[in-house]
Amino acid sequence: MTQPEQNVAAQVQAEAETQQRTQTAAHRRMEPGGNSVFDTENVSIFYGSFKAVTDVSLTMYENEITAFIGPSGCGKTTVLRTLNRMNDLVPGAHVEGDVRYRGASLYAKGVSPIAVRRRIGMVFQKPNPFPKSIYDNVAYGPRINGEHNKGKLNEIVERSLQQAALWDEVKDRLNKSGLGLSGGQAQRLCIARTIAVEPDVILMDEPCSALDPIATGAIEDLMKEIKSKYTIVIVTHNMQQATRVSDRTAFYSVLRNEKSDTRTGVLVEYDKTERLFQDPSDPRTQAYVTGRMG
Amino acid sequence: MAVVTEQPNIDLREPKGWRRNLNRIMTWLMVLSFILVIIPLVFVLVTVVIKGAPVISWTWLTTGPIPPNVAPADVGGIGPAVLGTILITFWATLMAVPLGILGAIYLNEYSGGRGLLGGLISFFSDVMTGVPSIVMGLFIFSIWVLHFGFSGFAGSLALGCLMLPIVIRSTYEMLRLVPNSLREGSYALGATKARVTVTVVLPAALGGIVSGALLAIARAAGETAPLLFTILVVTTANPNVFSGPNTSLPSQIFTNASSAFTGAQARGWGAALTLIVICFVLMIAARIVTARFTRFQQH
Repeated sequence: MTQPEQNVAAQVQAEAETQQRTQTAAHRRMEPGGNSVFDTENVSIFYGSFKAVTDVSLTMYENEITAFIGPSGCGKTTVLRTLNRMNDLVPGAHVEGDVRYRGASLYAKGVSPIAVRRRIGMVFQKPNPFPKSIYDNVAYGPRINGEHNKGKLNEIVERSLQQAALWDEVKDRLNKSGLGLSGGQAQRLCIARTIAVEPDVILMDEPCSALDPIATGAIEDLMKEIKSKYTIVIVTHNMQQATRVSDRTAFYSVLRNEKSDTRTGVLVEYDKTERLFQDPSDPRTQAYVTGRMG
Repeated sequence: MAVVTEQPNIDLREPKGWRRNLNRIMTWLMVLSFILVIIPLVFVLVTVVIKGAPVISWTWLTTGPIPPNVAPADVGGIGPAVLGTILITFWATLMAVPLGILGAIYLNEYSGGRGLLGGLISFFSDVMTGVPSIVMGLFIFSIWVLHFGFSGFAGSLALGCLMLPIVIRSTYEMLRLVPNSLREGSYALGATKARVTVTVVLPAALGGIVSGALLAIARAAGETAPLLFTILVVTTANPNVFSGPNTSLPSQIFTNASSAFTGAQARGWGAALTLIVICFVLMIAARIVTARFTRFQQH
């Protein structure tokens, strides 16, 4: 490590420590939820030697919707993608610290990312239906998991599309291409596709950023409806969306390093959504939620 | 009738000057280039059809042996060459297309274009593209024909070597075009890399892969040079590609067209037309098949 890099590291470290104190304070006064689904402890995420996110510690609870908010480049998506090991697909990405899913360490030796993603599904920012029929899109997950019984597949497809509030719109054209759907429909198809493998957790990476308000409303209603069955973690740019749907909210911010001109994401505050927006304990959260920053 | 209203004092017409003129000049240049490109194509097609069509008949296409050059045009048939071309190209395709596609999958999906093996494959497939086809024939001559003798299969090997880099390159480019979001969508459902490749990436790239393979096949079917050293042009049909000399349409075109006898020349034109039609039929068939497999990619 060269001298300037060491300075940078020391500075980031110092700032992170301040962070942590504030954050633990916030953490302490927050009442816990039910069973914890994710526990992250001092998680830092690197792309090569670049530290993208530093020291994230938080706990997410069963059957709740946890929202990640914060300005662009603060690492919300990066943290989300470590929760089902999607970052493994990015060359050079690695994780320090402990990410536990229902007590099991996700980055322990011998953990298969395939098995992890089978339980922890993901919906992406841009709707990405496969160039297959609507039916095959939904049946894709069950099929790769070994379900080939026609009757069962039909049942799964219908149930998943119904849960995703898409069944009535597409039931007469299940054999048409999934690419022919509108943006909102395509995103609901992606949600149906995720539900079809009956995951435990659904991660959503700005699922509504490409959608109009009506489609957004439909997806938000859908999230509230299915949260009794799943645990949902959602990244959103839209603070109103966080207040509308989430039970808890984590606010991330950016530490800018002047010397190297790099940005590292930090977790500033994590609390019940209501309290985070109405009575934030950190001035940066205050500034962000009142619109003075970000 | 258009209603004439008083025009306000703003000029919304395209401004005069060099930009408009340049636009016009470039547009006309493009039209001209297109015409220039299309002239040889039309000329070749028309000439081949006019000169080749008279000799073609079903019996001519299916019977043999191919008569000697002195024979008039209405004697015998070109059957052995049609059979040879189809068999030799078939075996070449069978070897080169799967290998090339698998190589491209390794390059794009597994090595990520990096790594020692990936770099080597990429480099040597590029080098192979530049090897003259006659050198490929010599290569197979020295490693195969000298040991096992002339055969249609030796010709297939030479053509396969020619096709391989084309298939690798075109498939690789098509796989690169498959958006990463599709791969991620599949991974997020708990798919393994092999699953992602087979069930999402390959179907999404299928149209382009088939087009690339077809170009390679058409290129190989029309090659003469690599066959001269490997199949030894004969006049009788040899349905066994694995032993004994064989013949093919391009080889027949080569020997007949350089002959002084009008009968042989007519056979050469006929063979040329036959070859073009075979490639054309292949193209159309593959397009139909591809359209069926990629019907979900359009809305």
